[in-house]
Amino acid sequence: MSLLQIEPTNWIYAMWSLQPVVILAVTALLVLGIDSLSPDSRSNRLLAGTATAGTLVALGVTVWYLAAGTGAAGSGGPISLFSDAIVVDGMGLFFIAIFTSVAALVVVASVDYLEDDDNPAAFYSLLLFATTAMSLMAVSNSLATVFISLEMASLPSYALVAYLKTNRGSVEAGLKYFLIGAVSAAVFAFGISLVYAATGSLLLPEVAAAIGDVTDLAGILGVGILMVAGGFLFKTASVPFHFWAPEAYEGAPAPVSAFLSSASKAAGFAVAFRVFAVAFTPALDVAINWGLLFGILAVVTMILGNFAAATQTNVKRMLAYSSIGHAGYALIGLAAITAGASAANATVMGAAMAHLFVYGFMNTGAFLFIAMVEYWGVGRTFEDYAGLGRKAPMASIAMAVFMFSLAGLPVFGGFFSKYFLFLGAINAGFWWLAAVGAVTSALSLYYYSRVVKALWFEEPNGNLDALDSKPTGLYAAVIAAGVITILLLPGFGPVIETAEAAAAAIFA
Amino acid sequence: MIIEALLAFTFAAALLVFAVPNKYAHKLAFGLSLVPIAGSLYMWSAFETGGNALTGGQIAFETVAPWLEIAGYQLQWYVGVDGISLPLVVLTTFLTALAIMSAWTPIQDRQSQFYGLMLLMEANLIGVFTALDFFVWFIFWEAVLVPMYFLIGVWGGPRRKYAAIKFFVYTNIASLVMFIAFMALVFSLPVETFGLPEITQSLAAGELTSFYGLPADTLALVVFAAMFVGFAVKVPVVPVHTWLPDAHVEAPTPASVMLAGVLLKMGTYALLRFNFTMLPEQASVFAIPIGIIAVVSVIYGAMLALAQTDLKRIVAYSSVSSMGYVILGLIAFTEFGMGGATFQMVAHGLISGLMFMAVGVIYNATHTRIVDDMSGLADRMPVAVWILVAGAFAYMGLPLMAGFAGEFFIFVGSFGSTALPYAPVFTALAMFGIVIVAGYLLLAMQKTLFGPFRLETDYELTRAPLHDIAPLVALLGAIILLGVAPSLFFDMILDATVPILELGGGL
Repeated sequence: MSLLQIEPTNWIYAMWSLQPVVILAVTALLVLGIDSLSPDSRSNRLLAGTATAGTLVALGVTVWYLAAGTGAAGSGGPISLFSDAIVVDGMGLFFIAIFTSVAALVVVASVDYLEDDDNPAAFYSLLLFATTAMSLMAVSNSLATVFISLEMASLPSYALVAYLKTNRGSVEAGLKYFLIGAVSAAVFAFGISLVYAATGSLLLPEVAAAIGDVTDLAGILGVGILMVAGGFLFKTASVPFHFWAPEAYEGAPAPVSAFLSSASKAAGFAVAFRVFAVAFTPALDVAINWGLLFGILAVVTMILGNFAAATQTNVKRMLAYSSIGHAGYALIGLAAITAGASAANATVMGAAMAHLFVYGFMNTGAFLFIAMVEYWGVGRTFEDYAGLGRKAPMASIAMAVFMFSLAGLPVFGGFFSKYFLFLGAINAGFWWLAAVGAVTSALSLYYYSRVVKALWFEEPNGNLDALDSKPTGLYAAVIAAGVITILLLPGFGPVIETAEAAAAAIFA
Repeated sequence: MIIEALLAFTFAAALLVFAVPNKYAHKLAFGLSLVPIAGSLYMWSAFETGGNALTGGQIAFETVAPWLEIAGYQLQWYVGVDGISLPLVVLTTFLTALAIMSAWTPIQDRQSQFYGLMLLMEANLIGVFTALDFFVWFIFWEAVLVPMYFLIGVWGGPRRKYAAIKFFVYTNIASLVMFIAFMALVFSLPVETFGLPEITQSLAAGELTSFYGLPADTLALVVFAAMFVGFAVKVPVVPVHTWLPDAHVEAPTPASVMLAGVLLKMGTYALLRFNFTMLPEQASVFAIPIGIIAVVSVIYGAMLALAQTDLKRIVAYSSVSSMGYVILGLIAFTEFGMGGATFQMVAHGLISGLMFMAVGVIYNATHTRIVDDMSGLADRMPVAVWILVAGAFAYMGLPLMAGFAGEFFIFVGSFGSTALPYAPVFTALAMFGIVIVAGYLLLAMQKTLFGPFRLETDYELTRAPLHDIAPLVALLGAIILLGVAPSLFFDMILDATVPILELGGGL
């Protein structure tokens, strides 16, 4: 066979296995295209419909690939593309399923939010470009593609946070997010260069292979790994790079907060899991104990996030801190990794992935409920939320479901995901991580139930006539997220099994 | 499949009632709640006794299906009933329907949500009593709390927010303690599922191993103690009973009926299923402390009731006292003790339901529950008052009523117990509780119901409407029926509790 025959086939093969990413990118361009080809007849609903269809198709293809075992050990193994810089496997597809689900919910909810917006196409296309980049993050197999896709995801995110350009809070939040993001990107890039200096490669498997021979440069490698970790901690809003999150989530339009706190956080974990599991696990053998680093940070993040959330008066800010706390739970998936224990490592990392999946629905739903309240213009504090259950029972029931599920009450999906995560940590010998997780979860019920109490037990303070308008898109998204959060309890089996299998393939 | 059908129907009914307009909700919910009664009565009639579900006896209406797998453990959808759980399922369906009916007068706001939550709670309660896999059971167990939290918090009295949160926090912390203890137990056993029968039989075969350096014997004692604490909050016994009066006083009448009638039985049911069936040897180690807790609950609960001025608080504290008898019967580890305790769960469910409902009917008319604010009600609302008197006598253990049968069995069983040292002393002390019960009930009734008429509220006192009286009559009928023919339930209960005694060898 000549080269000519192989090359085109490979290209098609590449595009075929990367189809979810391609569909997202094409949809983003399509949204821009519709807008620029006929700017006079631009319609919010048409654009939103296109974006929703695109994300749902991408989600459908991803789920189909997962079900068919694309990239799994049983059917040919991970698919390496572009000189191994991209690898399509179960883990990447699992995370793409999270991003596309969250994006679909956020797009549907944004229809009402952007009703009076002059230029909704910008919003939808930024959102879709960010989703595309996150999907690329999930399949990146080289530190170069990791860095590029991470920046590709960050740039639209900065713009989205500052999207309400006449709103001081939104612009300020965007600027803060951008400045901290720029600093952490610099740190991250420097870390990558140090890792490259020590190992001589950017490809994750090659970095792993070279770590055994870096005796002299172990110090440089250690600093490099620390700086790379810093980049991920920023993206996942973990201590000590969490300062931007409460500001950005509070100032940003609520659908953007939903997107950032669910999808963007999961994207950070997607790369962190892959980079540390594939490239840096051998570093544990040469006494670069990043597991302990993540362990300490997980504990601090869980405690800080949950305690800070308990003291808030603003519901959106409370959710922002709760999302920091949940970053702490997911960090357990990294912290409990030990050298030479692939089965235990895969169990705990798979559990962390499953937790991010469930979190994607319950947290997005909670922020979209905030978006609905912002749409009504009721206010932002717990007092302002008083008595909403009387006028908007369906949405308030869904919000109660999200709150109880986030707290890990054993009635919704959030219970199993936390339980399996803590069990995985104990299984890997990290009972103290599980203990801190269990205690902070029990504590979190206090502040989550404050929302439920405000919605249902308090009498309305002011006039709630604004609640007579029923935003269709927001309702659809909130209720869909609520139903899925409930169904993830009986239907948790496929999620955890897929996640465990994907994680096992990484550690194999 | 009948259990699945019952669960699916009740869940669907709850969703349907949520969706209908408020003005149809009551009638629709009541109509729908009759179907689970029919289902549970069919189960009762088709039931053939066959031992205890956990110790290897025949499990009626059994279904097993794989659910999900974790770390080598297979979680299953596993349901079925035996002679212990079936009477409680019947009690649940029966009491829910009557509680829904009694809600007509007191619930005038957001009816569809109220009745939806009642049906949702019924479905979860059926789940608690039929589940045979730990996770299925635990999820239903916790899911019962959520509707009750809303029922108290939304429709309750003036201090409803405090009461709802206290109830929620107390019971959730208790669940967490119990959950962690049970996990430690299961992970030290060579089982591959969380099926309760499998765990019980593995424990009975002595397969418990050490856990994180804790020897098997110590582990079993620690687990027993932690689970006992976890369930004791639910029962509740002194000293973890303080949530109960608050929850009861603030809860609307139908929720109080469910709380006293069925939710408290979850605690004693779980004690019987987990502590006393799975770890009988440890139970005998702790026999004296548990006996003391039981007797203190009986006496102290009754004394607290004696000191109350609010009718509902009186009935609430008397529940603490009655649950003490159940604990005493369980720890006795005799045929009649354990059987009587289980029978008393059903009997007390009906009687306390009747009492709360009757107090509710009086409150509907007088708008006060303070004993000193009223007197001589018997003239103005004769039917309701006489039913309340009948309920009070059932509480005191009048022969031919269900309360007599339950308490008599318990005392017979506990008097001759060998598992409980000084059993006659404990029994005698507990029997003294009946005197106090009679004391406070007669005192409260004499003050409020008899003598010259006086009412210190601005409401006109009229006869209670038929829809308020009907559920009271139905409950009274059931109490008398079970008092005259306790064997309707007692035979199947004995059939399921006797194997536990063989297991423990404590006869």
